[in-house]
Amino acid sequence: MKRRTLLASSAMALGLAVSPALADDPLKVGFVYVGPVGDYGWTATHDAARQMVEEHFGDGVETSYVESVPEGADAERVMTQMALSGHELIFATSFGFGPDANNVAARFPDVKFEHATGYTQDHDNVSLYNARFYEGRAVIGHIAGKMTETNTIGYIASYPIPEVIMGINSAYLHAKAANPDVQFRIIWVYSWFDPAQEADAATALIEQGADVLMQHTDSSAPIAIAQENGVMAFGQASDMVAFGPDAHLTAILDEWGPYYIERIQAVMDSTWQAGDVWHGFAEGMVALAPLNERIPEDVRAEAEFMIEAIAAGEYHPFTGPINRQDGSPWLAEGETAPDGDLLGMNFYVEGITAEIPN
Amino acid sequence: MDLSSINPIVLIASMMAAATPILLAATGELICEKSGVLNLGVEGMMITGAVCGFVVAAGTGNPWLGFAFAALAALAISLIFGIITQVLMANQVATGLGLTLFGLGLSALIGQGYQGVRPPRVPRIEIPYLSDIPVLGRILFSHDPMVHISLLLVVAVWVFLKFTRAGLILRAVGENHHAAHALGYRVVRVRLMAIAFGGAMAGLGGAYLSLVRVPQWTEGMTAGAGWIALALVVFAAWRPWRLLLGAYLFGGIVVLQLNLQAAGVRIPVEYLAMSPYLITILVLVIISSSRGRNALNAPGSLNRTYHASQ
Repeated sequence: MKRRTLLASSAMALGLAVSPALADDPLKVGFVYVGPVGDYGWTATHDAARQMVEEHFGDGVETSYVESVPEGADAERVMTQMALSGHELIFATSFGFGPDANNVAARFPDVKFEHATGYTQDHDNVSLYNARFYEGRAVIGHIAGKMTETNTIGYIASYPIPEVIMGINSAYLHAKAANPDVQFRIIWVYSWFDPAQEADAATALIEQGADVLMQHTDSSAPIAIAQENGVMAFGQASDMVAFGPDAHLTAILDEWGPYYIERIQAVMDSTWQAGDVWHGFAEGMVALAPLNERIPEDVRAEAEFMIEAIAAGEYHPFTGPINRQDGSPWLAEGETAPDGDLLGMNFYVEGITAEIPN
Repeated sequence: MDLSSINPIVLIASMMAAATPILLAATGELICEKSGVLNLGVEGMMITGAVCGFVVAAGTGNPWLGFAFAALAALAISLIFGIITQVLMANQVATGLGLTLFGLGLSALIGQGYQGVRPPRVPRIEIPYLSDIPVLGRILFSHDPMVHISLLLVVAVWVFLKFTRAGLILRAVGENHHAAHALGYRVVRVRLMAIAFGGAMAGLGGAYLSLVRVPQWTEGMTAGAGWIALALVVFAAWRPWRLLLGAYLFGGIVVLQLNLQAAGVRIPVEYLAMSPYLITILVLVIISSSRGRNALNAPGSLNRTYHASQ
C-alpha cells in the first residue's frame, strides 16, 4: 500500500514535472555543415542563417550544429546522433549529404530533414531546397566579360556535378555576350574547401593570363591571391571583400535565413510538408554583395538591370538559341531551359574549349 | 589544349615556391635520420608550426616572429618525441605516428577562432638589377626570402655533413651507435639535438604554408605534405643535393597538374597526386635491388633503439 502510494505520488510528480516542460520545450533543430563555420563561404552563410533563426525564435528553438562533417558514413553518424538526441528538424547543408540524409530519414520517420542542393527524396520526411546560383553567375559573368583586359577568365571549380557545370555555363554565356573574345580556363580542385589547392589553382590561372577569377569553392584564398597579384576576383557565398579590397568585384550571396525561419515555423505549426524549392533573386535567396567601385557606372547599371529582369521573371539566364559544346542544338530561339535540364546538366555550352572530367 | 599559355619560366618559379614547405621539412628530417632516428611525426610538427606561426604572426603583425615561433613550437613537440624514444626508449615508428596524430589535433584546437583571419604579408624581395636578369631573374630573384633561406639551409646541411667534425660525429652516431658510444660520443644527446633541428625545420615548412603560400589557417592544411617530405628523404637516398632536386620535382608535380588543367590538358588528377609515392617506391626498388642496403645509403642504425648497456 505504502509502496503503491509512493509510486502513484512519484508518477504524479513526474507527470507534473514533464507536462509543462513539454509545453515550452524548445524545438531542437540540427545543422550539419560540410566545412568549418569560419570558412567565410558556404558554411558561414548557413551558420549566419542559423543565428538568424535563434534571433527570430529566441527561446522557442534550440539549435546545434556540427561543422566539417565529411560526406559519407560520418555524416550519417552525425545525423543519427542528432535524431536520437531529440532534434525534430535537421538541415543537411551539402549536396553530398543526400544519401546519408535519406538513410537516416528512413530510420526516423518522425524527424524532418531538409537537404540543400540535393535531388533525392526517397521518403516523405525529406525536403529539398536549393538556390538558383546560376542567376548570380550570369550577372558576374557579364561583369567579368566587361572588366577583363586579357580576355581570359579563370574559373576554380570543385566537382564536376550539374550545379557547378551549370554555373560555368551561365557565367560563360554572359561573359561571351559582353565580350565575344573572352575565353575560360577551368581548374578542378576536387574539394569544396581546400585553401592550399585553391590558392595554387588561382596562382596557376593568373600565370596563364587570367585577370578575373571566379570560384565555385568556398575559401577566401583565391581572393587573397588575386589581391596580391593585382587581378580581380568574385567572392563565393558571402561577402569576401575583406580579403581583397581592390580585387573583390562582388560576390554571390546565399541568404538562407528567411527559408529556415519559414520551415521551422511550419514544424512548430505542424504544417511542415516535404517540398522541393529552388529560389533565386526573386525570393531573395540569391543576392549580390555591393559592387566594387572600380566597376564603371554603365556596367554597374547593366548588372542591376539584369538582376531586376531576372527577379521579375522577364529574363532567364538560359534563353536560346544555345548549342551544346559539340555544336548540337540545346535550346531553340527564345526557348528557356527547363529546370530538369539544368539540374541534370552534364555538358558545356558551345564555345568553352575545356572538357568536363569524368 | 593550349600549351603555349604555360610560360616555362613562371612555371619553374612557382614550382620552387610550391616545393619550399616540403624542402624545409625534408631537410630537417634528413639530419634526424642521419643521426639514426626515424621520426614519422613530420606531418604533425609541420601543422603545429603552421598554426603557431600563424597565431603569432596574426597577433603581432610580424611574419618573421611567426616563423621564429613556428620553429620553436615544432621543436618543442619534437622533443616530446625525443624524450619518449631516446630516454624512455619507446618504438620510434609508433611514437612518430602518435606525434602526427597529436599534432593534427593540437593544431585544430589552437587554431579555433583563427579561421578567416588574414596574416600579415611576407614581402617579396625585388633585388635591383638581379631581379631584372632575363630568365634567371624571374626564376631565382622574384621570391619571398624564405625560398632563399630554404636553399641556404640545404647548402648549410650539406657543408655540415660533409666538411665539419660535428657532421662526422652525427653520421657516426647514425651509422653505428655502439661504435660511436665506444669512441666517447654521447649518442642520446646528439640524437636529441638532431630531432630538435628536424622539428624546427618542419615548423618553418608549416609556417611557410600558412603565412606565404595560402596565406590562411585551416584545419589539416598541410594535407600530407609531411608524408611527402618523409618519402623525399628516402627518394634522395639521404643526400642533400638529391633532396633539393626531389623537392622541386615533387612540389612541381602539384603546380604542373594545375597548370596543365588550366591549359585544357585532360589528365587524371589522382595519378599525379600519387606519383611522388610511386616514384619513391620505384627508386627504393631500383637502388635496393642492385647492391642492397649499402647502395641505399641508409644510416646503419636508423630506427634502432639505443641503450649504452646493450
